[in-house]
Amino acid sequence: MQKITREILIDKAAFLLSTGVVGSVFGWRAGEFDYDVTPALFTDKTDLKNNFVFGDFCGANVSKYLIKATKNAEEKILVFLKPCDTYSFNQLLTEHRFNREKVYVVGIPCEGMADVRKIKEKAGEGILKISSTEDGVIVDTLYNGTISLKKEDILLERCKNCKSKKHVAYDELIGEDGTVLENDRFDEVAALEAMSPEERFNFWQNELSRCIRCNACRDVCPACTCEKCVFDNPESGVENKAAYNSFEEKMFHIIRAFHVAGRCTDCGECSRVCPQHIPLHLLNRKFIKDINQFYGEYQAGEEVGSRAPLVNYTKEDIEPNDAVNKGDK
Amino acid sequence: MQVNEFKPKIVAFCCNWCSYAGADLAGSNRLSYPADVKIIRVPCSCRVNPMFILRAFQRGADGVIICGCHPGDCHYTSGNYYTRRRMALLFSMLDYLGIEKDRMRLEWVSAAEGAKFATTMNEFTEKIISLGENKRLEDLRCKK
Ligand code: SF4
Ligand code: SF4
Repeated sequence: MQKITREILIDKAAFLLSTGVVGSVFGWRAGEFDYDVTPALFTDKTDLKNNFVFGDFCGANVSKYLIKATKNAEEKILVFLKPCDTYSFNQLLTEHRFNREKVYVVGIPCEGMADVRKIKEKAGEGILKISSTEDGVIVDTLYNGTISLKKEDILLERCKNCKSKKHVAYDELIGEDGTVLENDRFDEVAALEAMSPEERFNFWQNELSRCIRCNACRDVCPACTCEKCVFDNPESGVENKAAYNSFEEKMFHIIRAFHVAGRCTDCGECSRVCPQHIPLHLLNRKFIKDINQFYGEYQAGEEVGSRAPLVNYTKEDIEPNDAVNKGDK
Repeated sequence: MQVNEFKPKIVAFCCNWCSYAGADLAGSNRLSYPADVKIIRVPCSCRVNPMFILRAFQRGADGVIICGCHPGDCHYTSGNYYTRRRMALLFSMLDYLGIEKDRMRLEWVSAAEGAKFATTMNEFTEKIISLGENKRLEDLRCKK
């Protein structure tokens, strides 16, 4: 497979800008460190040449940003999408969140993105520089010298269980398209289901009580696009972090996950951004797993215009009291 | 005198077109059901947002039951079919979080089923009494 570099993408962008196909470019902007890449809109060629990056830390799903970016754009916006981003892109189109005509999509192949936390765990504090190699990264550190790490050991959870390397939306592709992949993404959910309610409660209590209610998981989610959110309501009593008791932030998490049930493409952004390392994808995947089991396989974002399972029904659907007892012997 | 007898708080969301009338019928037939059941009338079982259920629990309900028209009989033709999907996912999620799954229930009760209404409520109340107080879903921030 052709290795995608920032130069290839910059050349592509510069070409599309100069031919007038697009007026601006949405991609990833370099940050202070090699790993803090930010999604950004580029309107200027020099800026693009200097600050556009593409590499192991471009996990950020840029689809959601198109809602805002397309609002005031007069010309088309070029956007580079990884396979998983295209699912969110389609889901947003299904929900009429922006105008497809305003975007020019270039699909880029993906070999998986790195999780900086895993790198920090292995390399320790004081990371000076991270450079990509053929099959991993080389990390220069202040205290531990130079460390080389294998790609498979530093992948984001979602990339380890990548569901598809196929682009479901694009105007143009760079390189060859991949295929939908076999994956083990429901294994962890199944392991939790096999526990006793007591164990499950303790597991989630431990995870969710760490939540600081920064709302990053909500803000990054491409399926959460309401302009006003119930969790910002100061009258609700739950807009801030709970200081005590057992329910903690569970209500927030149940509703957050429920709100995207059937629309969540499992892009894994919630877990990626959580500063408290809470495995939020395990909530979303529970809904996906149940939906697949109760109502038939469904992948949100696979097709524009498909009807989400929660706004659909059949006369023979499973009864809730049975759904919840399905595990009982 | 019984001391510290557990009086459960039970919230029943009842559809205006069927189970609410069913409750009425139970009343006029002098069938008794526990006074612990507080009925909230909704225009359709589909009006019940998952948030309503969690809010009830947060504020101290020990059990929540939703009653709607039998599938196929919805006053608005299909509301209860959506309810069925939503609640299946919600109940399953609560169970996944380790919350006692018997604290929530969905029953189809028509306007003619006064007796079913009374038995359902009696059974459900007994179940909740056996489970005891809801600790896992309460939220002290929300309890007045
Ligand atoms: S989930 Fe798949 S497509 Fe998405 S970033 Fe990871 S490897 Fe790439
Ligand atoms: S990102 Fe993490 S800490 Fe922040 S609100 Fe979400 S779960 Fe809580």
